[in-house]
Amino acid sequence: MIEDPRTKMVRYIVIYAILTAGAIVMMVPLFWTMSTSLKTRDKITIRRLELIPDPIAWENYPYIFEARPIIRYTRNTMVIVVASLFGAWVPCTLAGYAFARIPFPGRNIFFGILLATMMLPYVVRLIPLFLFFDEIGWTRTFGPLILPRVLGHNAFYIFLYRQFFRGIPEDIYDSARIDGCSEFGVWWRIFMPMSRPVLAAVSIFAFSFAWNDFLNPLIYLGSNKDLWTLALGLNALQGFEGDDNSLNLIMVFSMLMIIPMLIVFYFGQKHLISGVTAQGSLKG
Amino acid sequence: MQASIKRRQTQSETTWKVRLQEWWFRNRALIGFVFIFPWFAGFIIFDAAPFVYNLYLSFTDYQIGTVGTPPWIGLDNYTKIFSEDKLFGKSMYNTVYYLGFSVPLRLIFAFLIALILNLRVRGMELYRTLFYVPSVVPLVAATVIFAGFLNTRYGFLNQFLVLIGATPVRWLSSPDAIKPSLILLSLWGFGGQMIIFLAGLQSIPEDLYEAAAIDGGTGWHRLIYITVPLMTPTIFFNLLLGLIGGFQIFEQVFILIGTNGGPLQAGLVYMLHVYNKAFRDFEFGYSAALSVILFLIIFVLTILLVYTSNRWVFYGDAQDDES
Repeated sequence: MIEDPRTKMVRYIVIYAILTAGAIVMMVPLFWTMSTSLKTRDKITIRRLELIPDPIAWENYPYIFEARPIIRYTRNTMVIVVASLFGAWVPCTLAGYAFARIPFPGRNIFFGILLATMMLPYVVRLIPLFLFFDEIGWTRTFGPLILPRVLGHNAFYIFLYRQFFRGIPEDIYDSARIDGCSEFGVWWRIFMPMSRPVLAAVSIFAFSFAWNDFLNPLIYLGSNKDLWTLALGLNALQGFEGDDNSLNLIMVFSMLMIIPMLIVFYFGQKHLISGVTAQGSLKG
Repeated sequence: MQASIKRRQTQSETTWKVRLQEWWFRNRALIGFVFIFPWFAGFIIFDAAPFVYNLYLSFTDYQIGTVGTPPWIGLDNYTKIFSEDKLFGKSMYNTVYYLGFSVPLRLIFAFLIALILNLRVRGMELYRTLFYVPSVVPLVAATVIFAGFLNTRYGFLNQFLVLIGATPVRWLSSPDAIKPSLILLSLWGFGGQMIIFLAGLQSIPEDLYEAAAIDGGTGWHRLIYITVPLMTPTIFFNLLLGLIGGFQIFEQVFILIGTNGGPLQAGLVYMLHVYNKAFRDFEFGYSAALSVILFLIIFVLTILLVYTSNRWVFYGDAQDDES
């Protein structure tokens, strides 16, 4: 199709105009966050738009570490992150491997159950779980947050692994088994090294879900300040309208939560897309 | 390597190893069970048992002081929800109002921007990143940012409105503006759906468009007769997940306007009602009944959507040609 160069140019101008306008709208809240995080205390309560702060208060960033126990919050969050990653790497891959490669009786039924649990909203399990953990004295501890993660209680990850493992050619599996490799050996020596894209993708999910979790820490750790995570700390810092004197510190804290996520996504972007599309292109 | 190790082993060790291997082979099924055991234990502890117990709780009057077996009260919780509980209707209305705008708007934005980004214009990666980055922001941080961004006096939006001569809005403290504020926040995160749409668009085979071009189809025809039909599975996926997630909106409201749901409880969404009943009023039985109703709504909606999907979702063979 040959286009008139003038219509083509108009078309490009329209496209870039829409994209640029949209991108600006999307970036404004983040830019405002960054700008507010660098404002001095008397500047945040000026009722006039000031996007570039003057003076730039770099000292807000070191100050937040004095004002709030950021290190402790981060350490507590990392406990949940590490439990999540362990669950995503070991029990979830083992289960995914069994569903993909080991024929055991009732496999399809178990897999059906797995898929069904993906549809089960958390709200219908919330109250019994809380009462249960309260009964065994685990509230105000990391237990209720760590146990499900360490057990690899995540149907979505197992499903992703299973789809990926099914795409690994049968020949590789057969020849390894003939050479005397155990199921455990095949999983560890062959499937795990071959599954880097999906491992990377799931790791990003696991990290971000643990990093962002709010409801569970709120319910189980809300009354134990020593174990507060970053999400709980940020929520506590944020006051309601009328108490706006610490808007700059709130935005500093927000930036501290955002930056690690941006780093993870920046480095994981390639794997994330290849891991998920590899999953999407495999049938069955 | 395996062979060299074997050569160094004594005869007896080798037979022991062979025997173990044979055992492994014979008991593959057992190993399968061992491999799925952690997940299955988790399923019992965190899915099956709580689900059943929640159903049971919903028929009891379990409150904070209840000792031992909670008293069985049959359907009392449910009749109370439908006859007396004014907040049930209110919170359901608020949730459906929120869903009714946020789900379609997010789908439309995500789809349109994905379509434009798929035109293979220069700088596409940069724009894709700019649209996607807000979705990477942790929900708690995004909500806290919006609390400041929408702040009546010191927030960006009102200061901007004043700058262009418009009237500022009390985004978080006026009953009329709370739900639009929540919808605005949800729209900021449309990037996740956009990426899924983009992946779907890029898997549409190029030759379909070429064939349409040869037949003299315009851009509009290509969109209506090729792109949209082939994208219906992705649209369906995003719609379903959007609805299921939307019904369970909680954290945004909890952080943005607090557990009361703001003035006139205009922001009291359903999950907040469930949360308040359980963790503020400690009426666990009643709250369990509320949660069962939400589950049934989501369940029926999912079944209905899946059932009606074969009328409009295109599961053709066109995509299979590619592989």
